[in-house]
Amino acid sequence: MMHASLYRPGNSVLHRLPAGLKLSVLLAAGGCSILVRTPTQTTTALGCVLLGYVVARVPARAVLQSLRPLLWVILALGLFQALIMGWPRAFVIVGVIVALVLLANLVTLTTRTSDLVDVVVRLSRRVRFLGMRPESIGLMLSLAIRAVSLVAELADRVREAQQARGHTISPRAFAVPLIVGALRRADEIGDALAARGYDD
Amino acid sequence: MLIDINDVSHRYPGRAKPVVDDLSVRLDERRIAVIGANGSGKSTFARMLNGLVIPSVGSVNIDGLHTSRHGSQIRKKVGFCFTDPDSQIVMPTVAEDVAFGLRRRGWSKAEIAARVDDQLATYGLERHAEHAAHLLSGGQKQLLALASILVTEPDLLIMDEPTTLLDLRNTRMVADLVSGLPQQVVMVTHDLDLLADFDRVLVFDQARLVHDGPPAEAVAFYRALMGVDA
Repeated sequence: MMHASLYRPGNSVLHRLPAGLKLSVLLAAGGCSILVRTPTQTTTALGCVLLGYVVARVPARAVLQSLRPLLWVILALGLFQALIMGWPRAFVIVGVIVALVLLANLVTLTTRTSDLVDVVVRLSRRVRFLGMRPESIGLMLSLAIRAVSLVAELADRVREAQQARGHTISPRAFAVPLIVGALRRADEIGDALAARGYDD
Repeated sequence: MLIDINDVSHRYPGRAKPVVDDLSVRLDERRIAVIGANGSGKSTFARMLNGLVIPSVGSVNIDGLHTSRHGSQIRKKVGFCFTDPDSQIVMPTVAEDVAFGLRRRGWSKAEIAARVDDQLATYGLERHAEHAAHLLSGGQKQLLALASILVTEPDLLIMDEPTTLLDLRNTRMVADLVSGLPQQVVMVTHDLDLLADFDRVLVFDQARLVHDGPPAEAVAFYRALMGVDA
């Protein structure tokens, strides 16, 4: 099973930009999003982000893949906003969210996880006086990213096991083995980290 | 490396019976295998060798270092390969996982990248460097796990059933790879076909070491113990 939002190797301008700069742009875009007020501005923002995908030579499939998990939220939000505030405002709100999600996905697709983590580690060094260990924060982030695919695989396996035994989807029968499996896998990864010298 | 195990017993909390009972053995051969039924104490024994499990009683010394006092030092010299590679691949992409073990060496990014490239080429994974680790096949994942452990050049490699989840071809591939390693290897396995090249085989049963000898003799003993004809 393919999970979205993982680095796609490439040699485009966007791939070569420093991770810190890309994260700063993402942060700035998030901050500036409240300034977007009109459908024209929204269309421009969406166009700029999609242009980024073209520059990075990312296929359209990846764009759709990153939006799929949000589809129902976007539809519901768009409908609700359209009923309350009208279609132009709904377009602005939904468009800005979609643009930000696509931009974040573009950063992930064009930046190695280790480079993103390095930026966070560098930034965390400034808060070392609070007793935080930057390397541990970086490791935690990397593990969290790795855990997404592990938990997704585990969820697939639990779902398949349920179906194989003829069970219909039941939240409890799904959640219990998923949580137990995730905790067990966390234990195993803890052992693996210790075995690789990360036990302090 | 000399593995020196003295009067070791281990009992997990809440369990009445020990998982390893009254074990004393010295191991310095290049290839050592451990076989035995499920629950016989093999995996706990393997985990004791790099300090992942500290015995309730007795001591485990690796090259003169006590596992309960020098765990970190020992783990720099002793690599551990788990049964399920998914449990030990901790980074999202293949190259990042191999680089993970080198992070604390104080090397520059370029030095780490060069070492990672070499290691991936050695294990035939160079085409997958930027791929998501979870998308590799089972055999490739186990190769990646081994590449990630061996990039740090440990002196001793402990392997806990490394071929259990692999098909015949991948099992053969891992076996060939292990036989070519310069490191000392201790391998826990259920695959008796892998043992021919080993120097010494330990047989565990019900938490005790019940036989210790060359492969053919140990396998015959184990088959008889399990009531299985050759």
